[in-house]
Amino acid sequence: MARNITYQQAIGEALAQEMERDETVIVMGEDVAGGAGAPGEDDAWGGVLGVTKGLYGKFGDRVMDTPITESAFIGAAVGAATAGLRPVAELMFIDFMGVCFDQIFNQAAKFRYMFGGKAETPVVIRTMYGAGFRAAAQHSQCLYPIFTHIPGLKVVTPSTPYDAKGLLIQAIRDNDPVIFCEHKALYTIEGDVPEEAYTIPFGEANVTREGDDISIVTLGRMVHVAEEAATALAKDGINCEIVDLRTTSPMDTDTIIESVENTGRLVVLDEANPRCSIATDVSAMVCQEAFGALKAPIRMVTAPHVPVPFADNLEDSYIPDAAQVQQAVLTVMGKNG
Amino acid sequence: MSDSIRAICMPKWGLSMKEGTVAAWLMDVGDEISSGDEVMDVETEKISSAVEVSESGILRRLVAEEGQILSVGALLGVLANADVSDADIDAFVTEFQANYVPPADDEEDEGAATETVEVGGRAIRYLLRGEGGVPVILVHGFGGDLNNWLFNHEALAAKRAVYALDLPGHGVSAKDVGGGSVADLAVIVHDFMAALSIETAHMVGHSLGGAISLKLALDHPDNVASLTLIGSAGLGSEIDGDYLAGFVSAERRKDLKPHVEKLFSDPALVTRQLINDLLAFKRIDGVQASLEAINAAFAPGGNQALVLRDKIGDLTVPVMAIWGAGDQIVPASHAEGLPDNVRVEMMAGQGHMVQMEAASEVNRLIDELIG
Amino acid sequence: MQLSKDELLRAYRMMKTIREFEERLHVEFATGEIPGFVHLYAGEEASATGFCMHLDERDKIASNHRGHGHSIGKGCDVDAMMAEIYGKATGLCSGKGGSMHIADLSKGMMGANGIVGGGPPLVCGAGLAAKKLKTGGVAIAFFGDGASNQGTTMESLNLASVWNLPCIFVVENNGYAEATSSKYSVSCDDAADRASAFNMPGVVVDGHDFFAVYEAAGEAVRRAREDSAPTLIEVKINRYYGHFEGDAQTYRGKDEVKNIRATKDCLDKFRAKVTSAKLLENSDLDAIDADIAEIIDNAVDRAKAAPKPPVAELLTDVYISY
Repeated sequence: MARNITYQQAIGEALAQEMERDETVIVMGEDVAGGAGAPGEDDAWGGVLGVTKGLYGKFGDRVMDTPITESAFIGAAVGAATAGLRPVAELMFIDFMGVCFDQIFNQAAKFRYMFGGKAETPVVIRTMYGAGFRAAAQHSQCLYPIFTHIPGLKVVTPSTPYDAKGLLIQAIRDNDPVIFCEHKALYTIEGDVPEEAYTIPFGEANVTREGDDISIVTLGRMVHVAEEAATALAKDGINCEIVDLRTTSPMDTDTIIESVENTGRLVVLDEANPRCSIATDVSAMVCQEAFGALKAPIRMVTAPHVPVPFADNLEDSYIPDAAQVQQAVLTVMGKNG
Repeated sequence: MSDSIRAICMPKWGLSMKEGTVAAWLMDVGDEISSGDEVMDVETEKISSAVEVSESGILRRLVAEEGQILSVGALLGVLANADVSDADIDAFVTEFQANYVPPADDEEDEGAATETVEVGGRAIRYLLRGEGGVPVILVHGFGGDLNNWLFNHEALAAKRAVYALDLPGHGVSAKDVGGGSVADLAVIVHDFMAALSIETAHMVGHSLGGAISLKLALDHPDNVASLTLIGSAGLGSEIDGDYLAGFVSAERRKDLKPHVEKLFSDPALVTRQLINDLLAFKRIDGVQASLEAINAAFAPGGNQALVLRDKIGDLTVPVMAIWGAGDQIVPASHAEGLPDNVRVEMMAGQGHMVQMEAASEVNRLIDELIG
Repeated sequence: MQLSKDELLRAYRMMKTIREFEERLHVEFATGEIPGFVHLYAGEEASATGFCMHLDERDKIASNHRGHGHSIGKGCDVDAMMAEIYGKATGLCSGKGGSMHIADLSKGMMGANGIVGGGPPLVCGAGLAAKKLKTGGVAIAFFGDGASNQGTTMESLNLASVWNLPCIFVVENNGYAEATSSKYSVSCDDAADRASAFNMPGVVVDGHDFFAVYEAAGEAVRRAREDSAPTLIEVKINRYYGHFEGDAQTYRGKDEVKNIRATKDCLDKFRAKVTSAKLLENSDLDAIDADIAEIIDNAVDRAKAAPKPPVAELLTDVYISY
């Protein structure tokens, strides 16, 4: 049944359906309702970009506005998760992880292991990432590689409304700590999303386009950039296979290897900065596991090793685009002089 | 003059199909075509299949090129007798192309056209096409939905009202399957008919849907005008239990694909999209439990629980069994040795999903049976 | 103070167990057999005990690197704790956490913590859960004067206040944060002075006096349980050993510890008080002393004899499922 809703609505719907189903699910974050203690309306914002709008009206005090104190409320979400709740805390911008990273990487991520397998920390931290809004250096980063690096965390990066809803429901039901990364530029994209609740397992990449000439492994907003490049390349007879990782931890290495074994060529496309990114992670893994299948060196297409600039022309230059992907593909195909 | 020139057009497979890609011509200019022949492979978003022609003649012109993407209804090729001149064929093509209008984007799609009816507290989704006459009810099989009739629904609806429903636990219908047995599901389908005030219908059932239709016909002979069983359950105890168990338990593409391939005579039809759609269905809340419940009641231990072979002779309305000789799920032997009132159409080289892979022929047989 | 004889015995047993445990570790650590770092709580027993006497299975605590006392107070198994500190498979955390990460969630002990200030936010969470799930439980964060300055602690005090959480924040001010005096690093005279900044009561209590701690703790627990409101309590206290075992403590005064042991020891004070008030006999307390000596002896023997975790455990329990 075709029902088109936006990525933003899909996330809101996942939250509402899970809160309906399980009363231990609570939502907290800065302005997730907005208006707390203020004379105007309740639910004034419903999240800075409106993702959680309407939840306060339905669920009242299970939707909690927080003071701007990430280490306290992210830590509280983690502590509450060990004590019987299933909190979905919002770290408004992934760039803010600096002020609460301890609670995530030293506490939540490590309880299960440090405490000898006895802790359960079913916390979800939803966070916005990505450039394109002229929000400049401290509000535009792609920091999922840093979370991916930490054993004990799961990291999710949906690229479509269907994936966003299914993966968020999965995240809420998962008993390990999950960092759920939402690209802010994807909030308004539309897609077919079932009305019922459903899940998508972690560690299952989605091949969004099949092709025999070259594999493009990518994630998040860059999946759409890859699609644009692939459409253009198809006109020149180059058929690209696009592998959307969906989750970076766990990562579906089998599907990546299977694709590269079929095509023999790989471009990895990642909006994050290049050092220690998903691009380097995938490239190294493929070199180690499928070197023999490669007909040409791998090429990575990433943002440069710079902070995100403010001026619109500079930011547009910063974000990898379809033209760059096409160039990389042509290089790997041996068609770039 | 133009009566003897016939257009071969891009078919509409399912309501959401807007266009298809010409994958390959299977016949060439000058080839003699008989009704039911496959002339072209076409790929769509949802499925890859072959265009079957329902008329005979010589293939005189290949209009569409391999790799071309064309809208539904677009001209693919031209059939005519050998004596028709090339000039006439040119004129035909020119006139067709001049008048051809691709379907508009705002044409009703699947979502708008399907409806829901409350049946004993359960929401059942269904699709109604066509009108008038004694209606046909299409009942899909285990793990399927009303889209299994993609290649049959429109064709059959040319002459009468045709309903296709999602069984409980399937498609978009309620996930509560009650006891989940063939008998339980037959009651629900019968209640579905009552809810829509359908007094009498031609039942067409595939696989599990066949057993359900047969049970319904035996229990309510006054409500059934004819019965078509396609690769049907209910006529013997054997069934591929591994397939059923595998389908139910598979959680990933790699696990599901080998089972789904068993359904078709041509495994290339099992596209990534098809597997993705099946996985998406299985991941909806409640579906897993529904499938397990039905499987446990329908085929415990890999044997069909309800065998109605010795009762099928009691039916007084027309009955037909259509089977793929190479059916890997329900053996074709179940269609042998049936009582005389059952017309049997065995299709060589076909598998379990014969209504999809030999759609033209199946449609023709059903049309013939129900008149 | 109206504690029953049983409660007095329980309190003494708790304090003495902590003391024996820590004193024994001091001796054993010096042999080099214990891996990593330990941070001993000897001298501070009245604080952990004064609070934990009020707690039951609904309640949760989070501690810091100096966590053995709180763990024992909350009922963690002494044998399993010792084995954990020795890094053995029979340890409370299967040998994978060590002294700084001792935890037993089944007993409401949310963990010792290697990060200064790591506990308070977690305790806000436990308080939040208790409130939402209506368990009637309270949550206590034990931390030091060093952590009292940490941003996480300040934020937690604010959050517990604006959200009305049933939490108690206990600053065990032993005068030193590692090697730096609290007089230098804490900007106010008493860490408890900060409580009013966060709109909650701030109480200062003598940590060598079990009964004083017990009383202050009781009021804070009542306030949390009944009013769902937080309290900040500063326990003025002293540690007998260094920040960590191996710390030469050159930052302390000559004979500083010797004098404290001689004049303020909490066990001595408890004994003096209960015997002079005829609430308990010396023999009652001596019997406990002997019993605990044997328990700790056995714990050490068992820990030493226990196997290390199998190497395959390196890779287990990172996730529940992956």
